[in-house]
Amino acid sequence: MARLAFADVNVGDALPPLTVPALNRTTLALFAGASGDHVPLHIDTDVARKAGMPDVFGHGMLSMAYLGRFVTRWVPQAALRSLDTRFVGITHLGNVITCTGKIVGKEERDGEKLVRIELQAINQFGEIKTAGEALIALT
Amino acid sequence: MIDRKYIGTALPQATLEIEKGRLRFFAKAIGETDPIYTDEAAAKAAGYSTLPAPPTFIFAAELDADTALAALKDMGVSLARILHGEQQFTYFAPVCAGDTITVDSRFTDIYDKKNGALEFIVKESVVSNQHGSKVAEMRSVIVVRN
Repeated sequence: MARLAFADVNVGDALPPLTVPALNRTTLALFAGASGDHVPLHIDTDVARKAGMPDVFGHGMLSMAYLGRFVTRWVPQAALRSLDTRFVGITHLGNVITCTGKIVGKEERDGEKLVRIELQAINQFGEIKTAGEALIALT
Repeated sequence: MIDRKYIGTALPQATLEIEKGRLRFFAKAIGETDPIYTDEAAAKAAGYSTLPAPPTFIFAAELDADTALAALKDMGVSLARILHGEQQFTYFAPVCAGDTITVDSRFTDIYDKKNGALEFIVKESVVSNQHGSKVAEMRSVIVVRN
């Protein structure tokens, strides 16, 4: 991975977007097992409907994992100082999530050069499902 | 309504051994194709001792140990009514396969909105490795739909 330099990035720059395949039940089952989140709302349609949901739906942490992928394909994970998200909408089956990000700040703190990235995960209808921020350190 | 007496409650410590197979499974589940997360040679070439845990993987510790959800149940919260509202990670050091992490958490706030229709539980965690070094902090907001 080519190393980005602090001087090479500017406020307003957009990161290359990442689109992941439409959410399906297989992904939910795999993520439940791999993440350790066995809450049945995400894997058992009967339980989801009884709870008033139309069907099983995406784990918030799955969306956050996608945002993690999105950031770590741009900079090495060792540069990641923080990753924060707000799960603002439910990701439903069939939703095609695209992760986007843009640089909203550059600052120096404790001797590190930090770049603040605003993150969004949006579906194919333009609805924001997850919003957040990453802080990365560049040299 | 959740009893506010639970504000300040510490959860049982959760311990998770970071295993290569589990990391590869996690990479598959999230569609991660960067080989540093699945191929040790690629990880070493990138400067890691072995496979690194992706940024959100450490969240698994309290799920595997079933400490956080069990604590919510003990507070009378139905797991069918909860949503994950917010999640934050702050990183201090890498976590790789072969590490054992421990998570120490506390419920630091409980509040409600819309006359109690929604309740919010805040959990703050410190994640340490087997050397006693702090590798991360986590903060979660869980939403309860009453």
